[in-house]
Order: sequence, then C-alpha cells, then structure tokens
Amino acid sequence: MQEHDLSFVRVEMALAQSAPSSERGLGAWIRKNLIASTGDTILTIIGIVLVAMILPQLIGWAFINAQWIGTDRTFCATVAQGGIQPDGWSGACWAFVNAKFGQFMFGRYPIDERWRPILVAILFVALLVPLLIPKVPRKGLNAILFFGALPIFAFFLLVGGVFGLPHVETSLWGGLLVTLTLSFVGIAVSLPLGIVLALGRRSKMPIVKMLCVIFIETVRGIPLITVLFMASVMLPLFLPAGVSFDKFLRALIGVSLFAAAYMSEVVRGGLQAIPKGQYEGADSLGLGYWQKMGLIVLPQALKLVIPGIVNTFIGMFKDTSLVSIISMFDLLGVVKQNFSDPNWATPQTARSGLVFAAFVFWLFCFGMSRYSMFTERRLDTGHKR
Amino acid sequence: MKHIAIGILGAAALGLVASAASAATLDDVKAKGFIQCGVSTGLAGFSAPDDKGDWQGIDADFCRAVAAAVFGDGTKVKFTPLSAKERFTALQSGEIDVLSRNTTWTINRDTALGLNFVGVTYYDGQGFMINAKKLPGVNSALQLSGAAVCVQSGTTTELNLADYFKTNKMEYSPVVFEQLSEVDAAYDAGRCDVYTTDQSGLYGIRLTLGSPADHVVLPEIISKEPLGPAVRQGDDQWYHIVKWTYFALLQAEELGITKANVEEMKTSDNPEIKRVLGQEADTKIGTDLGVSNDWVVNIVKAVGNYGEMFERNVGSGSPLKIARGINALWTKGGLQYAPPIR
Repeated sequence: MQEHDLSFVRVEMALAQSAPSSERGLGAWIRKNLIASTGDTILTIIGIVLVAMILPQLIGWAFINAQWIGTDRTFCATVAQGGIQPDGWSGACWAFVNAKFGQFMFGRYPIDERWRPILVAILFVALLVPLLIPKVPRKGLNAILFFGALPIFAFFLLVGGVFGLPHVETSLWGGLLVTLTLSFVGIAVSLPLGIVLALGRRSKMPIVKMLCVIFIETVRGIPLITVLFMASVMLPLFLPAGVSFDKFLRALIGVSLFAAAYMSEVVRGGLQAIPKGQYEGADSLGLGYWQKMGLIVLPQALKLVIPGIVNTFIGMFKDTSLVSIISMFDLLGVVKQNFSDPNWATPQTARSGLVFAAFVFWLFCFGMSRYSMFTERRLDTGHKR
Repeated sequence: MKHIAIGILGAAALGLVASAASAATLDDVKAKGFIQCGVSTGLAGFSAPDDKGDWQGIDADFCRAVAAAVFGDGTKVKFTPLSAKERFTALQSGEIDVLSRNTTWTINRDTALGLNFVGVTYYDGQGFMINAKKLPGVNSALQLSGAAVCVQSGTTTELNLADYFKTNKMEYSPVVFEQLSEVDAAYDAGRCDVYTTDQSGLYGIRLTLGSPADHVVLPEIISKEPLGPAVRQGDDQWYHIVKWTYFALLQAEELGITKANVEEMKTSDNPEIKRVLGQEADTKIGTDLGVSNDWVVNIVKAVGNYGEMFERNVGSGSPLKIARGINALWTKGGLQYAPPIR
C-alpha cells in the first residue's frame, strides 16, 4: 500500500489577480471619489452645477465671443455703446491686450530699442534653462554666467549710454520688464543676504548679532509701501539740491533689502531645525565655522526650507506690483494705466486687461512653484516617507 | 554675488543724475534740451498713454506747447507720471520743470506749497450723471430729491454732495464705496440712480457703462475745480513763459489761427494776428519773454490752438465728447480769457 502524501506544496507564486471589476476603471473611480457617501454625492452635484454654470460662460467670454483684433474701442463696444458689436454682446477684448502688448511687456521703453530687452530675455532663458535641468553639465560655469556676466551685460544693454547705444532712462521702463528685473535682482540679492543675516543672528558675536537683529526687526516691522514711499517722496527732500537717485534703483534696493529680511527668518527656521549633533559632529572633525556651515549645516537647513524660500520668492514677485505707488509701472501698473486711454474705454477693457495680467502672474508663480516641488523631491534624500 | 554687488554699485553711480533745481529753469531746460513734464498716472483726456505708449491729452499737449515755445519743437518733452502724493515734491525738488497734472488751483498750493499756477486749462467741478431710465424727465440736479446717490467715501466729493442737498433742502440716500471702481460697478449694476464725481471724469466713466445712451450728465457743477499747470516759485522768467504759452493758445483760438492755417495767417493783414505771430517789424515780444519771436507759430504748429487741443482730447474729436461749456472762450460765453499779447 503506497502512502500518498496529500499535503500540497505550492511551488510557484500565485499570479496576482486583477482587481475585481467593481474596483476598476472609471466607474470605480467615480464611485470612490465622487459618490462614496450621501455627503460626497451632494457635494459632487453642487460642484457639477457650479462648473456647468460658470465654465460655458467663461469659455464663451474668453474665447468664443472674444474680440481678438481691432484698432480702437469700437471693436469692443456694442452698438449702444458706440461700437460695432451687437447689443447684449459680452466678450473679452483681447484686441486691447493686443494693441497694448508692447507696453505691457516693456512699458514706455522706446520702440526702436526694444530689441535690447528682448535680447536680454533670450539670453536669460538660454542660461536659466540649463541651470534648472540637473543633468546638464558645467553647472559652475553656467552659474557664473547667469549670476555674474548676465546681470552686468543686461545692465549695460538695458540702460545703454555706452558702445553707441542710446541711453534709456529707467523711468521709461515698465511692464513685465520691471516686474522681472525687480524680481530677479530681489531674488538674487535676498537669498545670499538672507543667509548671511540668518547666520549673523545666530552668531555668538554680540555686535554682529545685534546689528542683524536690528536690521531684520526694523525692516520686517515696516510695510513695503512705507519703504517705497519714503524712498520716493522723502529721500529727494533730504538729498542736496540737484542730486537725485534713480527711482528704479531706489525701488530695487528697497525690495531687495525687504525680501532679505524675510528670507533670513526663513533660513533661520531651517538652521534651528538641524540637530545639535550635526554642529558637534562638524566641530569634532575639526572644521572651521565657514566649513561647518557650508558643508554640513546649510545644505541640510536650506533643503528643509525650500518651500519657505519659494514662498518668499513668489510673495516678492507679486509684491513688485506695489512699486506702482511710486509711479513705477510694473505689469499690473501698466495694464491699469492703460485703462485710462479713452480710445479703449469700454465695459470689457478692464476685465480683459486684468485677466491677462493675472494669467501672466500665475504663469510665473506656478512655474516657480512646480520647479520647487521638483527640487524638493530630488533633494529629499534623508527623510523620505 | 560679487558681480551683482559691482553691478549695483555701477547702477548707483549712474543713478546719481544731476537735476535742475536752481533758479534759471530756462537755462537748465535749454542745456538739457528737453522739458521734464509731470503728468498723471492715467486720466482719460488729460494724460493717458496711447497704443504706442505716448502720452495724449490736454495736460500732455500743454507741455508740448511749452516745448514748442522754448525749442520750436513740440517733441522735446519728457513725461514723468506722478501719483497725487508725489506731484508737489517732484516739482519742489526740481525733478520736473512743469506740473501739468489735472491739479486744482487753491490758495494753499499757491502759497504754502511754493507753487505758481499759471492759469486754468480746464474748468472742472463736481457734477452728476443720472440713469435716465430710472429717473425719466430729470434734466437738472435740483430735481434729484429722494434719489440714491453713488459716491466715493472720504473725499471732498462726498462733503460737497451733502452740502448741496442740504442747501437746496433736498433728501438723498448715499450709497458709499471705498474705491472708485466699486462705485462704477455699483452704478452700472443699478444700485443707485445718480453718480457724482468730477464732471470730466463722469464722461470717461460713461464710456465704460453697459448702455451709455441711458445715462445723462447733468449741466450743474456744484464745486469749483479749476485745473491748471503749475511751476516752482522764485523763477519769474520761467513762470512767464509757461503762463504766456497758455495765453497764446487762447489768443490763437480767439483770432482763428489753427494748425492748418497758421502759415497763411502769417501774411494776414490783421495787425493783431501779425503781432501775435511775430510778423511785425522789430518785434521784441518773443525775445523779451526769453523765446524766439515766432513762438506762437511754433506752439500752434505743434498742438493747434486751445480749441483744437480741447476738441481733440476731450471734445467732439475724442470718445469722451465733452461739450466746451464754461471752457469756451469769453467771446462765446465761457471763462477762457487771455490778456492781450502786445
């Protein structure tokens, strides 16, 4: 009698079964995310109704009914308003944006000289893109060109007055040119300065510490509008007669120092999050202060505060609009200024202009935000969850 | 970072631009080759950028007229847009040579602020615009009793409104907003029957309404807002040049000298026209003023006479379509009057 071993040993892995049909596909996704409970269903219905109410109107206004070309207000006004559109028409006046596009980009920068900011913009993009892509080699050279050579080149090209280029006063600059120049200089100055201030504030040297604390607390305690306003209205009265600082330069310095004070507190937050052991470990290796900070502490601290840093950048990018109170016209300032042109005064002008400005601001801020998320993921080596 | 620091220092060095704050503005202006003119940051019909970014409007054209008088070329002017807060500092500190920025002439500004107003290029005042559909048959502000009036809060406009209704023993319900844009929206949405602000502004606002034809600007003006250009005190020569540029614009209109006919008018038999255009033998009118003798010819060639300037920027030639009203010449029942050029 032969004995049979009835025990069953499975020698190969069971194949993974596909998920039950109730958990697959569009239907399951809808069930899980949209109509999982009575509450969810109600919210979904409200959401759909809202989208159905707003979206067709928005698309109709922004695209289908929009007026894309035209030379004056008549193209964007209804017959009753003295224009050519049928009564009851409501659409975006992109013709206004189109006609004023050069101004929105460059302000009153002379039309014949506009190739100069365009050239700077091309170089800016050409140097920025390889700097942002981690795989591209020669980061050091790229950074020197971007942060060192480009600003100097851009300064001489934009201001002019040398190499036979006509001088273009900064009072003629405007639009996106001003927004981006202020932001770039603000970002490039505020980050290093902010780091130095943060280190100074945590320094054991009493005078350095006191100076940093005084600077940070003073600048953070004053609204940016006040700083700009003081620089533009009060400063000329204090300066000797016949001497006046360039208004744009005043705004540039004001914005940079202001952003640096905020940046230093963001960086300080990162420094405080680094455990004491890291400092002591660096000390035990015999590293000096700058080596310790540069090699051990700051790389970890800055990585932690990337969201805070980018937050400050984005905040500053949008704060540049405040320079319009000292009659410098950034993108938003120029757009609003052009509402006063009687040749384009229609009910649609202001809406279209503001939507355009909002879109451009959003484009830049969203870009910065996405890139910062990418950097965070790339550098997230130690604390992955 | 070092490079940026150097860049900023370089910018600082170049930023130190000498400006003209000394007494002889005419010499400074001639030396730099252009007039620095303070305008608004954007007001339809007075100073607003066109599609090319050039400033258009009565205030901007006035500066072109001064440039034409000084240089014989109306394009030799640079515009500085100024906010309401900055405008007087800019003039006092010498940043600009002429302030032509819809500024109301008051005694305080003439004395305490150290300005000299040269004249009134536009007689403005607070006016009313009504929704004719909601208030049919109303053609005077005195019929507005019981109306809902949209007004910006914290302005003299609000106070003038209260005074006017009180003096005329009328009732009204104010609909008050912080921002002018909110007032526009509320009026367009029909939340009030009447809109009150400076009358010149009402015409600009009417263009942005859904159905402008339903809205009427009433003839009454309930406050005095004489708008005019100003210069610094303490430089009589410059003051006279700017002042007589204004008078020359008026005189040209009174004599029928226009941009189109100014060359023919030079050979006119009318002694007054000949005198104004500097065609008299041994004339010293222009040189005594500090400009060339054909200064009026240059002004009219650059911007036309006052009437042409008015119609082009705010009147029938513009979308605003403001009637001349009290801005007509004194010969036509208005207030614009120039002393004789002789």
